[in-house]
Amino acid sequence: MIAWPQHLIVLPILIPLIAGAGLLFIPDRQRSVKAMVSLAATIALGAVSLLLMAASGESRFGAVYLVGNWAAPFGIVLVLDRLSALMVVLTALLAVPVLSFALARWHSAGAHFHSLYQFLLMGLNGAFLTGDLFNLFVFFEVMLAASYGLILHGSGPLRVKAGMHYIAINLAAALLFLIGVSLIYGTTGTLNMADLAERLPTIEPDRRLLMEAGAAVLGVAFLVKAGMWPLCFWLPSAYSVAAAPVAAILTLMSKVGIYIIIRLTLLLFAEGPSAGFGSGVLLYGGLATLAFGTIGVLASQALGRIGAYSVLVSSGTLLAITGLHDEAATSGALLYLLSSTLTLGAFFMLVELVERGQDAGASVLAVTMELYGDADNEVPEEGQGTTMPATLAVLGICFASCAILLSGLPPLSGFVAKFVMLSALIGTGSVGSSPTGGALIFVTLVILGGLATLIALTRAGIRAFWSSIEGTVPRVLVMEIVPIMLLLTITATLTVKAGPALAYADAAVRSIVDPGIYIKAVQGVAPQKSRRDHTAAPGE
Amino acid sequence: MELVLSAAIGFMTACGVWLLLRPRTYQVIVGLSLLSYAVNLFIFGVGGVKSDEPPLLTEGASVALLADPVPQALVLTAIVIGFATTALFLVVLLASRGLTGSDHVDGRSDPR
Repeated sequence: MIAWPQHLIVLPILIPLIAGAGLLFIPDRQRSVKAMVSLAATIALGAVSLLLMAASGESRFGAVYLVGNWAAPFGIVLVLDRLSALMVVLTALLAVPVLSFALARWHSAGAHFHSLYQFLLMGLNGAFLTGDLFNLFVFFEVMLAASYGLILHGSGPLRVKAGMHYIAINLAAALLFLIGVSLIYGTTGTLNMADLAERLPTIEPDRRLLMEAGAAVLGVAFLVKAGMWPLCFWLPSAYSVAAAPVAAILTLMSKVGIYIIIRLTLLLFAEGPSAGFGSGVLLYGGLATLAFGTIGVLASQALGRIGAYSVLVSSGTLLAITGLHDEAATSGALLYLLSSTLTLGAFFMLVELVERGQDAGASVLAVTMELYGDADNEVPEEGQGTTMPATLAVLGICFASCAILLSGLPPLSGFVAKFVMLSALIGTGSVGSSPTGGALIFVTLVILGGLATLIALTRAGIRAFWSSIEGTVPRVLVMEIVPIMLLLTITATLTVKAGPALAYADAAVRSIVDPGIYIKAVQGVAPQKSRRDHTAAPGE
Repeated sequence: MELVLSAAIGFMTACGVWLLLRPRTYQVIVGLSLLSYAVNLFIFGVGGVKSDEPPLLTEGASVALLADPVPQALVLTAIVIGFATTALFLVVLLASRGLTGSDHVDGRSDPR
């Protein structure tokens, strides 16, 4: 008999699917009912994902779920190992606070917010759990179709314009995805990831060239999502104009591309004649992204754009680490992925609260004043200082925490993650080989990127909190600030519990660097006998 | 037959890419449609170009002559998804036209 915890694996896909589809039937007038259903489904998703994570920690390898009870290369499989469990948990950890933030006002800014949100979660979870390339394409399309709707949520000319660019580039990337998948199928005859990993080292040289071309085309499709440098110009404008909760959940979408790249490079190109395929592109592309993001962060005036370029900085860091093929650094990178995604999610929501009190032109005006001075209307010095309103104080503390996390300063988890990555690359100094050129450039860029983020956020923070021109206090609901604080608390917990988190990341990396474990786990699962077979042959 | 098929795919892709890079939204969507046709044909061709061969294994049928059913299944999925996303893009295109009053991809008033 199939054990019931096995069926848990499919729940992160089923819960949002059922909730999202069911929400379509509740009319928009019953907004609170919709909100409750959506929130309950997301919290249930969180509980299931935590259970899955606990289950994947027990055995050396998590579990494999045969959808439709067909054996591995023929049917579709869902694979739960530590890495995919980690990503599913991250999705839920970000999804619950973002949804409760959206409940304050954003969910009523357009139609079907909750359904789209649930479908986005379904696509994300599916992409993390699937073990089949074409199934991955389907989940990518589910996720993208939902994100097209969400990015237009709230409407307005800016969103429609950025949304149109976003849809056009993602449709083109989806076509590249299809070309890559079909080339790989044509040369290897399989789409199952484990089967593919097993066959790759032995295919003939003339087919290998075509297969590598297919893998490269496929890689371009993922790199568009991840935002690697020459493919990333759509990202800042799309992320900075999206509604705050949408931008916050979209930070996960760039991480999906990175997850797939980590998964596929380690699984398919670990050994054999194609070993290390594409790692140069990932390393130098990642470094270029890091540099581009850093310059973008420094050049941005609006807070939303700083956040969007920080997404690029984080993507660049993770891609370069993937290209370096360093086990210890990769587990640091997983920690960095957790920390930066949660922080950026909190940051995008915070930006909306901070900017609520300001005029659209106020920030531009502030910059001009900074540059040219405003000697004509000098503000008279006040005799006694004014007390800061409580709202601004809370927002300011959250903003400062985000700045510390994003730039990687102690004591929060951004620092811990960066420290693990850098110390793995430089070495402890006493023993070991000297770092390579690529690693040194990476270390330099990461440190410079942290400095640039700190400068940009300090500048923006001073302008927003200490020298705001009109001095109006944004009206902020408790319901809106609590999710942000919750996300920051999670990163603080990640700091305190950095040891166990890093041990988990280490175990996750160890189980993915050896493709043999993955292949054996997927192929070792036999389909369950149906009840009819049992009754037909009771003697067996 | 292979030559004709590959030439058709190549020509369609070339037209699609050119149209995709044009400044008017209508050209972009026609380009995307052409590209998706080309990709669908490409997926179809990946299974080997055969005519009059069933994808079903029956008694006495030679495996070498069989048409590969997997690309056919893939292309079906790809057509459905491509159709839906193109329809969605069309809606966004109309929204953009309504909001900016022009069909330039950047919403500029003098599309050239």
